Amino acid sequence: MAEPLARAERITVRFGGLVAVNDATLDVHEGRIVGLIGPNGAGKTTLFATIAGFQRPDAGRVLFAGADITRLAPHRRARLGIARTFQIVQPFAGLTVRENIAVGAHLRHAGRSEALAAAEAVADRVGLALLLDLPAAALTVAGRKRLELARALATEPRLLLLDEVLAGLNPSEIRDMIPVIRTIRDGGVTVLMIEHVMQAVMALAEEIYVLAEGRIIARGAPEAVARDAAVIEAYLGHGAAGLARGAAHA
Amino acid sequence: MPLSPEILIQAVANGLLMGAIYALIALGLTLIYGVLHIINFAHGALLTAALFAAFFADRILGIDPWLSVLVLAPGFFALGYLLQRLVIWPASRGEDRAILLVTLGLAVIIENGLLFHFRSDTRTIDHPFAFAVVELGALLLPTTRVVAFAAALAVAAGLGLFLAATDTGRAIRAVAKERLGAELSGVDVAHIYAVTFGLGTACLAVAACLLLPSFYVTPQVGNAFVLVAFTIVVLGGMGSVPGALAGGLFIGVVESLTGLVWGETLGQLGIFLIFILVLLVRPQGLFGAKA
Amino acid sequence: MSGRFAPVLVVLAALALVPLFVSSNVALNFLKVALMLALAGTGWNLLGGYGGQFSFGHAVFFGTGAYAAAVLQVRFGINPWAAFAAGIALGAAVGLAIGWLTFRAGLRGSYFALVTLAFAEVARIIASVWPLTGAGAGILIPLQVGFPTLQFASRAEGFWFVLALVGAAMLLVRAIEGQRFGACLVAVRENEDAARALGVDVLAVKLSAITLSGAITASAGGFYAQTFLYLDAGIAYGPWISVEALLTAIVGGIGTVWGPLIGALVLQALSELGKELGGDAPGLGLVLFGAVLILVVRFAPQGIVGLARSLRPGRLARG
Repeated sequence: MAEPLARAERITVRFGGLVAVNDATLDVHEGRIVGLIGPNGAGKTTLFATIAGFQRPDAGRVLFAGADITRLAPHRRARLGIARTFQIVQPFAGLTVRENIAVGAHLRHAGRSEALAAAEAVADRVGLALLLDLPAAALTVAGRKRLELARALATEPRLLLLDEVLAGLNPSEIRDMIPVIRTIRDGGVTVLMIEHVMQAVMALAEEIYVLAEGRIIARGAPEAVARDAAVIEAYLGHGAAGLARGAAHA
Repeated sequence: MPLSPEILIQAVANGLLMGAIYALIALGLTLIYGVLHIINFAHGALLTAALFAAFFADRILGIDPWLSVLVLAPGFFALGYLLQRLVIWPASRGEDRAILLVTLGLAVIIENGLLFHFRSDTRTIDHPFAFAVVELGALLLPTTRVVAFAAALAVAAGLGLFLAATDTGRAIRAVAKERLGAELSGVDVAHIYAVTFGLGTACLAVAACLLLPSFYVTPQVGNAFVLVAFTIVVLGGMGSVPGALAGGLFIGVVESLTGLVWGETLGQLGIFLIFILVLLVRPQGLFGAKA
Repeated sequence: MSGRFAPVLVVLAALALVPLFVSSNVALNFLKVALMLALAGTGWNLLGGYGGQFSFGHAVFFGTGAYAAAVLQVRFGINPWAAFAAGIALGAAVGLAIGWLTFRAGLRGSYFALVTLAFAEVARIIASVWPLTGAGAGILIPLQVGFPTLQFASRAEGFWFVLALVGAAMLLVRAIEGQRFGACLVAVRENEDAARALGVDVLAVKLSAITLSGAITASAGGFYAQTFLYLDAGIAYGPWISVEALLTAIVGGIGTVWGPLIGALVLQALSELGKELGGDAPGLGLVLFGAVLILVVRFAPQGIVGLARSLRPGRLARG
């Protein structure tokens, strides 16, 4: 198999006595949508943060396009082509939607008018075209999630890291977002997404990693992962896998 | 010129005595930070106000500061309570930047109000014990400072006891640790905030009454003390009561020794530089958690 | 592009005409001081309003500009114009130094305000004992009116000089507003982590902001020196200018190009009113300013400009 676009290699992160991520390895191949799932507190966001540059790992390395970026600051990773959204949305509240996205666009466009034009184009792709002049603070949760997405996209990334971008959305909003993410990937952006919304991950991801108590316990195609005994136990508790099998045969 | 051990020990002793008062001032500051999470820029001005109040109680009413403290402490508690409840909280709505500006505004008003009314003359009082000394072996310690030392430690201990043993004290600690949880448990957070601010201001009133017999009063004097207090608080850790105590005594000694070697002005400079250095290197202090 | 600069240029041109119609010394003095405060405030506003880093010690830049101008002229015989320029450069350098120390240490919010306060006080104490700055006695620039000595023959000349400085500063801020640097600066103000994730070099942006801020406020200090010809530590590095610099921006409209100018005019007017009512005793002016600060924070956090914008029908208010 070809070299992955991004690789988190044997990452370990400790917070005091707690091991949040334990010797985890994760590959993201170019052009794919990869999902990272796991029960709450599994360490997903921490692992994510090491790839995005917001968390220094205690062991292991992060590689991007073959280069070791473990020590690289987040803004430099953005320049290389790694963009991320935040689980708790962080809009520039005092700015309009257009100005928000333009900040991302400025990474690739020095001129103000070019950046603003690029921002409008991105807003169009993500469905925010009608809201461009609103202050970001006035958006609904769904709108803010799209704004997060738009800002990250405006940096023209090669790898897009989505941290629970569907959290807090109602079913119809989720249904609307899924094709948006797929279109982004079809446009040439590789996606790594942390998600709790199972229907979305199963529908979108080609490959899924499962993290539980800091360790990768499963990896593979969505259908295989869904049937994996270790995964079921991680979510439902000890012995649940046996119950599931029993129920399936009944 | 070599410094003899007697002079050094004397300086250390003086430093410890002064340090207790610094600790009391720092205690108020760290309590306010630990619970409300605000840096009270008005602390210096409030100390100056307390000094003026104690001064006029002595000069006009003839009441010794060691007595007037019994009225001034509760009075300044009330002042602090009202300031927090009626001015700071409503004006800032809890936003960090707004709180900064409001406490700065209060500092400017109080300090310059005092300047406007009382001009910048230096004032002192004639205290019956002003020149008395206590002999401790070879050490000669000013009685007023010894009394201040004992009283400051007593107040600090009392405050510690209050926080540990009373319902209000427990509520204060709860809010400091986990505001939302405390609120959900039925604690009136606005009231607790105001009580804490009041306690901090009351500490200033006590410190002022202890200082007055051996010190002077000008509209700027509060700031000099409070800078030291800020240094203590960042050194000992924002929100740490033991840190304020230990830091206070430590800084008192440092100030005394540097003042001995370099003179008062440069001693002050030294404190400022320590302050900046601590902020740059370890803002959470030696005892505290990161802000 | 030039559409953005036009309003500023128009206002500047209108102000420039004032001395032609107004000859009252009182009025011109009033305007000169107001413009000087607007200049100091514009410097503060760049770092605090646009950049979101509230400095409580901008006196450190004002005093550096003032003392540089004075000391270089008086002690080293350097050409006053060069000394003035050196003051601006020194202000920028001090800004960079303070920024380097504090921003790299990750100081923000209250901690940043505290440490800038400390820097200003350190400067004040040093200036009050250092023979170079005149120690307790202060430093006096010998009166020698004329263009070569950068001393103003008439109040109008002084007025035009400071107006030129304010104009340059405001046009600079306007230019920044329309550039990538400006967009990155406000992004840092709004949310540092989000900005970082979008490729903004937060440290570099903050350093640039404080350097420019220091330069602009230092120019106000240099102007003070050349106008009043006397400095001491309390004047140059005193809390009064730290407070007034931030106050003009906050009252006028924080984070806007007009804010400091409008704020300075309003505050000066208030100050004069205070003098009418309460006499010349020191302190009253600042008491009023403190009260204004609290009232503005409570009722009009976006300042006068913010109020004006929110009153415009159909236009969304910012912030």
